[in-house]
Amino acid sequence: MSDILVSEQSAPGADGSGRPSGRLLEVEDLRVEFRTRDGVAKVINGVTYHVEAGETLAVLGESGSGKSVTAQTIMGILDTPPGFVTNGQVRFHGKDMLKMSAEERRRIRGEGIAMIFQDSLSALNPVFTVGFQIAEQFRIRRGMSRADAKKRAVEMLDQVKIPNAKGRYSNYPHQFSGGMRQRAMIAMSLALDPEVLIADEPTTALDVTVQAQIMDLLGELQRERQMGMILITHDLGVVADVADRIAVMYAGRIVEEADVFELYRKPAHPYTLGLLNSIPRMDERGQELRTIKGLPPNLMNIPPGCPFNPRCPMAQPVCREKVPPLLQVGAGRASACHFAEELVNRD
Amino acid sequence: MSDPSTASIVSTPRAEQPTETVSPVGAPQGDRKEKPRGLLGDAWLDLRRKPLFWISALFILLFLLMAAFPQLFTSGDAVNGSLDRSLGKPSGDAWFGYDFQGRDVYARVIYGARASIVVSVLSVLGTLLVGGAMGVIAGYRGGWVDAVLSRVADVFFGLPFVLGAIVILTTFNGSGTSNSQWKIMGLVTVSLIVLSWPVVMRLMRSSVLSTKEADYIVAARALGAGTGRIVLKHLLPNCLAPLLVYGTIMVGSFIGAEATLSFLGVGLKSPVVSWGIMISESQSFIRVSPSLLFFPSLFLVLAVLSFVMLGEAVREALDPKLR
Repeated sequence: MSDILVSEQSAPGADGSGRPSGRLLEVEDLRVEFRTRDGVAKVINGVTYHVEAGETLAVLGESGSGKSVTAQTIMGILDTPPGFVTNGQVRFHGKDMLKMSAEERRRIRGEGIAMIFQDSLSALNPVFTVGFQIAEQFRIRRGMSRADAKKRAVEMLDQVKIPNAKGRYSNYPHQFSGGMRQRAMIAMSLALDPEVLIADEPTTALDVTVQAQIMDLLGELQRERQMGMILITHDLGVVADVADRIAVMYAGRIVEEADVFELYRKPAHPYTLGLLNSIPRMDERGQELRTIKGLPPNLMNIPPGCPFNPRCPMAQPVCREKVPPLLQVGAGRASACHFAEELVNRD
Repeated sequence: MSDPSTASIVSTPRAEQPTETVSPVGAPQGDRKEKPRGLLGDAWLDLRRKPLFWISALFILLFLLMAAFPQLFTSGDAVNGSLDRSLGKPSGDAWFGYDFQGRDVYARVIYGARASIVVSVLSVLGTLLVGGAMGVIAGYRGGWVDAVLSRVADVFFGLPFVLGAIVILTTFNGSGTSNSQWKIMGLVTVSLIVLSWPVVMRLMRSSVLSTKEADYIVAARALGAGTGRIVLKHLLPNCLAPLLVYGTIMVGSFIGAEATLSFLGVGLKSPVVSWGIMISESQSFIRVSPSLLFFPSLFLVLAVLSFVMLGEAVREALDPKLR
């Protein structure tokens, strides 16, 4: 029996006026497991989400919740072995990418779907200049001459607001600062004008002021290009400004999906509630920070019932027996909690 | 070996290095070079500023010329001598003196460059090619391909070099065979390659294994680069440095190995001239006439040193962080 049932109408109320409509990228009931020597870790247990053109979906979750593995599966860069996709579809323009040939998938990468990595220093090749690495794509994928490719690469660097882009073209990654490197990484990912951009914790390695700049830049470029963006993060603060919709992941499942304002205003899952409560607040100075007690479950041995039940303040006997399906609660939002209705309707 | 701190002797002097690598780079610099350069272009720009590169390159050029056109350097006869000049001291006629057979040592050293350099350089190139290719395949493909190649390498690795070379060379170049000079050189080269590629293969394999997990390889894949492009453009340049260093050291040790085989009587044989043969012949007269050992050894050391220094310079030039 499938534990996750997202109704087709769970699309959000994010304004879609004037945008090219349609679901660009859909992930449906995706299951991935890591077969290791110690046993099988069920890393993703039926994830379903989608992103539309011009929309930003934030995937929120703590380490090990499966958010990055989902992204790797979409990109086709999951290490097999140990990772195996056991079920589900990843549809791009309605076509299941998991059934495509390696060559077909390769063509989609970069031009259809591109990805920004967390650590831009290690994601840029240290032996080539930053400009060369961007220009390389124009030369190979667009068949441009070296000079034309350079011109386009400088334009890209300019678009991500790298000062003196022309002079910076021939610098090496280690000569860039962290923020600049992430900008260069963004320029590289956007070079081929992808329709969907997956940003895997793009600001985690940066300090707070630079974080804000990078998020602003990403939001701006996303609006300009009408891209669909999947923003993977564990930082609730980062999400609020940029995202249209949020999907909260826990132990390889989506536990809540909602419009960003709805989610912040009234979370429909105790896990989301716990996350929001754990944000430090100025009016609670001097008090102990609130946390979610306990640890995320061992993915090789997920507890029966709701995976969150051992840590849930609202847990009832039913939570230890039945896995709550992801069901619609109110307009454009879904929650995988037996008591979602009560949470939404309280006050 | 690849520790940057050990490489200070060949580093570019800081004073000579213009501040252009320091950010922010001025726009005029961007204008000056309109055509974008690749990795090798940048390396060349860097090499041009290194004095030690020029010195070692000059020496290597000299040795290569010696190997190709020995007549340019001497008009003496390297093969025939007259016994009345046996063990003659260095003089105006013969700068390095005469050996036991009365042959001109200077002429012999010059003519000996060919066999020594050709054998060692060809063996190094062959070893790097074979070992490097095997290493990349084993490291990148992994799984059973890696297992098979690694075990094959282990088998070759287990063969002691001298024993293996003796077996190969006595089979194809035993006493009684009348192979030409070039054929013997080819055989020596092949036996050196066959017995040394596993070292390079292991070096390359470990290098590839650590590099292929790097984020920029994953990123290249995520941006749609094909396997060939990933291996050639992104993997190889990052794995090349240890190989280059090892290669230059190998040039020296292969000149020595060629000498060892000649000494054992299975490699090159008189009347072919090589530094190895000269060194092994000189050992009987080391007390009487040390110059017989000194001059071929001097050339050998110079050649080895030049290759090592060139290798260091090239490695530094290829590493952007040291620029």
